[in-house]
Amino acid sequence: MGYPKFLEEILNTEKINILEFRQPYPDEMYIKVEEKDFGKLCHLLHKRLNSAVKMFFAEDLRTESKKYTLYCVFLNEQKRSWVIIQQDISSDNPHFSSLAKDIHSASLFEREIREMFGIEPQGNPDLRRLRLHDEVWPQGFYPLRKDFTHSPENSSPNLQYKFNRVEGEGIFEVPVGPVHAGIIGPGHFRFSVAGEPIINLEIRLGWTHRGVEKILEGKTAFEAVKIFECISGDTAFGYSLAFCQGAEKIFCANVPVRSQLLRALYLELERMYNHANDIGGIALDVGFSFPAQFASLIKEAILQLNEKLCGSRYLKGINVVGGVRGDIDKTKQELICQELSKIKNDFLALEEMLFSSVSFMDRIDSTGILRAKTIRDLGITGLAARSGGIGLDMRKVLPGIYDSLSFKVIKEQAGDVAARLKVRCNEIKESINIIKQCLERLNTCPPQIEQKVQRAQEGFAIGCVEAWRGPVRVWTRINAQGKIERCKIVDPSFHNWEGLSFAVLGNIIPDFPLCNKSFDLSYSGNDL
Amino acid sequence: MSLNILKNSIRKGNVTIALDTSGLVCPPEIEKMGRELKKLIHAKFGRSFHIREVDTGSCGACESEIIACSNPMYDIQRFGIDFVASPRHADALLVTGPVSKNMALALKKTYEAMPEPKFVITVGECAFDGGVFKESYYVHGAVKDILPIALHIPGCPPTPISIILHLSQFLKNI
Repeated sequence: MGYPKFLEEILNTEKINILEFRQPYPDEMYIKVEEKDFGKLCHLLHKRLNSAVKMFFAEDLRTESKKYTLYCVFLNEQKRSWVIIQQDISSDNPHFSSLAKDIHSASLFEREIREMFGIEPQGNPDLRRLRLHDEVWPQGFYPLRKDFTHSPENSSPNLQYKFNRVEGEGIFEVPVGPVHAGIIGPGHFRFSVAGEPIINLEIRLGWTHRGVEKILEGKTAFEAVKIFECISGDTAFGYSLAFCQGAEKIFCANVPVRSQLLRALYLELERMYNHANDIGGIALDVGFSFPAQFASLIKEAILQLNEKLCGSRYLKGINVVGGVRGDIDKTKQELICQELSKIKNDFLALEEMLFSSVSFMDRIDSTGILRAKTIRDLGITGLAARSGGIGLDMRKVLPGIYDSLSFKVIKEQAGDVAARLKVRCNEIKESINIIKQCLERLNTCPPQIEQKVQRAQEGFAIGCVEAWRGPVRVWTRINAQGKIERCKIVDPSFHNWEGLSFAVLGNIIPDFPLCNKSFDLSYSGNDL
Repeated sequence: MSLNILKNSIRKGNVTIALDTSGLVCPPEIEKMGRELKKLIHAKFGRSFHIREVDTGSCGACESEIIACSNPMYDIQRFGIDFVASPRHADALLVTGPVSKNMALALKKTYEAMPEPKFVITVGECAFDGGVFKESYYVHGAVKDILPIALHIPGCPPTPISIILHLSQFLKNI
């Protein structure tokens, strides 16, 4: 059998019965095993590939085979591929043995599987629901099951969410949210403090849950793009791109080089405006308002550039399955060059302003430290991981067009607010370089931008994009009618929120906004 | 001491540098509209019109544009409009998002906490009728089914200019 080497080696020492092995694309391999081997193989791969659980989700296949299927996704960084372990679960009294006891990064996914499908992760110590809040949603309604038709009528189940409590003399609980003082998404933060330092922070999310994964079911790939643009407004382009990449794999569409270059260009513009926003936000949260306002002008300049390029400030309506809509012609290319040099100058001035202020640096230095061990254990991804010494960037692992563009993966060791700020600053500079390279190559590139997709094909695939927060992961199954059968979305914020609750420990509540902004996680992307 | 500072500043002159905003576009009608807006707010609200914003499940793009209204480019504050941290200080409630089940109670409570007279303004497609999420099992769909709406600002998301123009039009008609 032609198993890959790492799997061969595992099979040599362990007795694991592989029911099915498929490699539908060079970067995805599906390994189906029996129920008893599932946990064991996941553990072995987790150790062997040194990978957190990247995705873990269920699919309701009861109409075809009277079964649910679980998929647990790891990343083989060296071989640049996803390794997906599959397990079938019987539909009566559905349950599986929890991975969370040993692999912490599986824990949130298991809670999600339980609330959405009613499949019990046996042995998971935390079974509280993430998104379907106990106060408004009774037990026993599982929205992602295929036979779920309507929500429960006007029920107020009167259940209460149990927060982890810290008890003892002099402990205070400070509840904040869901409605916050600023103009920001809703989340509930419960601090336990002893004197000034935070000794526990529990973050309760799910407030913006809109049932995105269910809405996507039954939509065609073309209809779905618009929904993807509304999952997290600040990552509209990253999301639509992640979905399109998955769908293009399924439809075997070769995206023209010009489209790929344009996509890289837009993705970097998205990264730049968001990083500018966050750099300003960090300054604002320590009360350093001049650079904060200055940064907001840089963001505005990029948004206005976006509008001139494609008609949308948030880069909506560009991606289609098979390519992009609208070319960037010579005049637009010149416009980008001009604007970029202005933005770069402004940005360098901003950087100078921040890093030369002693009182500002004093606030951010060694504040909100996230250690490399915590990053690995929790499965923290993207920018937050790179600031703490874990230099994983999907633009290098699964590069696509980025293979031909030269850029550095920005990494810092300290894991504090200052490190996250530095990574942001340096990534903006790298983005400017990438955009310049794209522009150069556009000159010599054939004009075709969209590949007509001939006919919808059946299949499933992962699309993954290193958006500005981190990797946006989308697994899609499209049926023979060209409709989406199941779609699983993982935002980088999903694990990183938990990272925030570790980063603030030992810090004081007044530094919480600062820590929070340095991560700048998505509420809507997490809550779906 | 203060004399020295004064002397110093006379000697050195103005040390702040004008920002280069030549590339940025803020149409002149905003200025004109803004002056009218300021007069209206002065007359009808005693100098300032305070807004509290609530996100009931938006994707964050509407929030981003509402925040942009206060950046130095548009600077809505100079016309007398300000975003406040508490509903107790607010004249108007700005609502975004399709009202997820989880946020319905928080939305009602925020509205109830506001002093009279109060207005509700919805921003973006989602708040109008649920937008792309209207068929979901977990959204109420329209803010107007829960609270009385005085104004809707359309767009996905509406631009800062559109937000300012709509607010100005609205205050004229109160």
